[in-house]
Amino acid sequence: MKLITAVIKPHRLDDVKNALQAFGVHGLTVTEASGYGRQRGHTEVYRGAEYQVDLVPKVRIEVLADDEDAEELLEVLVKAARTGKIGDGKAWIVPVDSVVRVRTGERGPEAL
Amino acid sequence: MDTGNTAFVLLSAALVMLMTPGLAFFYGGMVRVKSVLNMLMMSFICLAVVTVLWVLYGFSMTFSTDAFGGVVGNLDWYGMRDIGVAELWDGYTIPVTVFAAFQLMFAIITPALISGAVADRTRFTAWALFVAFWVTLVYFPVAHWVWAADGWLFEKGVIDFAGGTAVHINAGIAALALVLVVGKRVGFKRDPMRPHNLPLVMIGAGLLWFGWFGFNAGSWLAADGVTGRALINTQIATAAAMLGWLFLEKIRDGHLTTLGAASGAVAGLVAITPACGALSPLGSIALGLVAGAVCAWAVGLKYRLGYDDSLDVVGVHLVGGIIGSLAPGLLATGHVQSDAKGLFYGGGFDQLGKQLIGVGAVLGYSFVVTYILGTVIHKTIGFRVSEDDEVAGIDRVEHAETGYDFAALGGSTRPTAGIGTATGAGAAAPADTKVDA
Repeated sequence: MKLITAVIKPHRLDDVKNALQAFGVHGLTVTEASGYGRQRGHTEVYRGAEYQVDLVPKVRIEVLADDEDAEELLEVLVKAARTGKIGDGKAWIVPVDSVVRVRTGERGPEAL
Repeated sequence: MDTGNTAFVLLSAALVMLMTPGLAFFYGGMVRVKSVLNMLMMSFICLAVVTVLWVLYGFSMTFSTDAFGGVVGNLDWYGMRDIGVAELWDGYTIPVTVFAAFQLMFAIITPALISGAVADRTRFTAWALFVAFWVTLVYFPVAHWVWAADGWLFEKGVIDFAGGTAVHINAGIAALALVLVVGKRVGFKRDPMRPHNLPLVMIGAGLLWFGWFGFNAGSWLAADGVTGRALINTQIATAAAMLGWLFLEKIRDGHLTTLGAASGAVAGLVAITPACGALSPLGSIALGLVAGAVCAWAVGLKYRLGYDDSLDVVGVHLVGGIIGSLAPGLLATGHVQSDAKGLFYGGGFDQLGKQLIGVGAVLGYSFVVTYILGTVIHKTIGFRVSEDDEVAGIDRVEHAETGYDFAALGGSTRPTAGIGTATGAGAAAPADTKVDA
């Protein structure tokens, strides 16, 4: 199994959620996050004093997927999250050793 | 007694009272999340401390018959005794008690203005003590100079309609002196210290603007044409100053900011305070534009000169107060509050000279006494919280509270054993634990 993690612009969350649902994903985890990429953050001005705000608000989405679905799911996610502008974020896949559904104790693909 | 005048001054007293909570929110929004409650409390404590001192001896020191040389009043009215309900204030048609209540509100907000300069790092007990001594040694005498009929600046003919010298220059220069004693915040010029809540700043600025009508218009102690002029001039100069500040910001920084709009309004209110009874409406526009732009420039001085005036009390109140206090010397039309004319209205340098004496006297006296008082408190009980406590947040350390609860993960709020629970044994178990029978 695979874990797909994506850090994206907050306002793309609804589109990504809908796209994943349409793809057949049953559940996902969303976390508020902050960070920066190559473009760094932005500048704010208070009474003439400039503040460099490095960490920009983002959301992090985590989805578990079967090995065979993972690549396609990643494509769907990235397509829904893309605006084409700076700061669109990153997404990646990592292998997962074991998954347990807490309520029932089921393991592996059954637990997804 | 004139009931119309009395009603207006009573209402004005209530309006000016509202300025202190307004100031608390104006300042409170500008500090970081971890300091908001301490900032609010530094203003609110003035309501408590100064009110009591005002009754005990403050009103007497300020407005009782002069004790010597126009410097300070005597103590004949200590405890506000012997002031009859029907007794009228000297030369006016309102009761002494009404006048005393109105003036009390000025005595409260003046030290509260200073607090913005030493935000985030001042021990609360040291601050409360400072307020008590500062009003006694600085505010009561200076207000006597400017407003008492036998005060020396009043007798010289210095025009201060509602407190440009006694309130704003006085608080602004005291703020500078206190900052030099107390020192910089940890991380000044290094860590971001941006305002945590600009909507709160806007609420505070709005309340200040609203209350300021009582501050300025009420100071004539009557409801008549001069009062009307003072009120509309207050509105005009404030509006112009907001535009002046925003104009400078747009040119210098490229943006019209919320904090700039609020700060510009306050700078205009400060500047028109001493001049609102002497200027024409057009003169008020000129004063406002200049005050807004100059104060917007002046708030940057702290970064260049290296003193950490946290919320720009010097840039707004001292600089705005000086501009406003000199304004009657330049722009007085000679037909409203008094017949003294300013330089631009053919009055020559006479009134400007008087205004300069007023400004200089308050600057010198307030700076020296505040610096000495601050140093004594700093060397004895200490003015600052420890560096660790300052970094952790002054709200938690000084008040055992925090302004906001952002997340349920912030910690258990289960009462400490013995507090808020019936028995010590019961306190050990979480409140929601069910015990099976």
